[in-house]
Amino acid sequence: MKEPKAAIVEVRLPSRLGYEKVAMSTAGAVAHLMGFRDDRIEDLKTAVAEACINAIEHGNRLNETRSVGVTLSAVADVLEVKVIDAGRGLEHLPPLPDIDRKMHGEQDPRGMGIFLIQALVDEAEWVAGVDGDSSYVRLVIRLDKVA
Amino acid sequence: MQSETRAHIDQLKSPAGDAVAVLRFEGDIASTSKDAVLGTYQSLPREAHPLILLDFTKVDYINSSGIALVIQLLMEAASAGQKVSVCGLSPHFNKVFTMVGIPKYANLFPTHAEALAAL
Repeated sequence: MKEPKAAIVEVRLPSRLGYEKVAMSTAGAVAHLMGFRDDRIEDLKTAVAEACINAIEHGNRLNETRSVGVTLSAVADVLEVKVIDAGRGLEHLPPLPDIDRKMHGEQDPRGMGIFLIQALVDEAEWVAGVDGDSSYVRLVIRLDKVA
Repeated sequence: MQSETRAHIDQLKSPAGDAVAVLRFEGDIASTSKDAVLGTYQSLPREAHPLILLDFTKVDYINSSGIALVIQLLMEAASAGQKVSVCGLSPHFNKVFTMVGIPKYANLFPTHAEALAAL
């Protein structure tokens, strides 16, 4: 049986905060074309935005000479998003956000992006390139068969 | 690229007759929103405003840095003995605020009217 052909969309962003919204809108448009429900599109948009913010701030360290690559691959009912930066990747995942610890000054009020990504998509993995000067996060979201 | 955050303060009374300071935000809530979120809150005399309502009805985009600013506001309000409520979040951002635990420290209401009625 013939495999369905992937629809590939690529976006390249400057490492400037705010431009994550371009990737977010693009991901939302692709997911809409694939027939995702509105609430899942919102989940995906937030996950993509947070992945791009991490790439801009931490991967590329706000260096505008470096860009963030975003590749969306739509195959059948699966949308895969890769957000690629020039950083070394995550050494370890940050601790889960704890609102009580944040409210008591025991945990940075920030640091919720990776938690949100993991919670909002079906799969999320962080991959460091072997050369040490690139890494990516791979997100997968699946079209629900039952509304 | 990021839409500037605008904040307006309305002084209202709750049905119980308590003074409510309503902070109405417009635009994005992101890392660039510190002055609009924390600065606007800090401009209020604390003792005169025991009740604070954060109205996000006209906000389309909130990211984790913006949520962190809301948490910082909640920290300051808790130490000042103020009660904070939130209204006007889209269903998606209502879910996100809930995921990070904000309802433990601020009640979330769908609309401005429902929030005011409950204060």
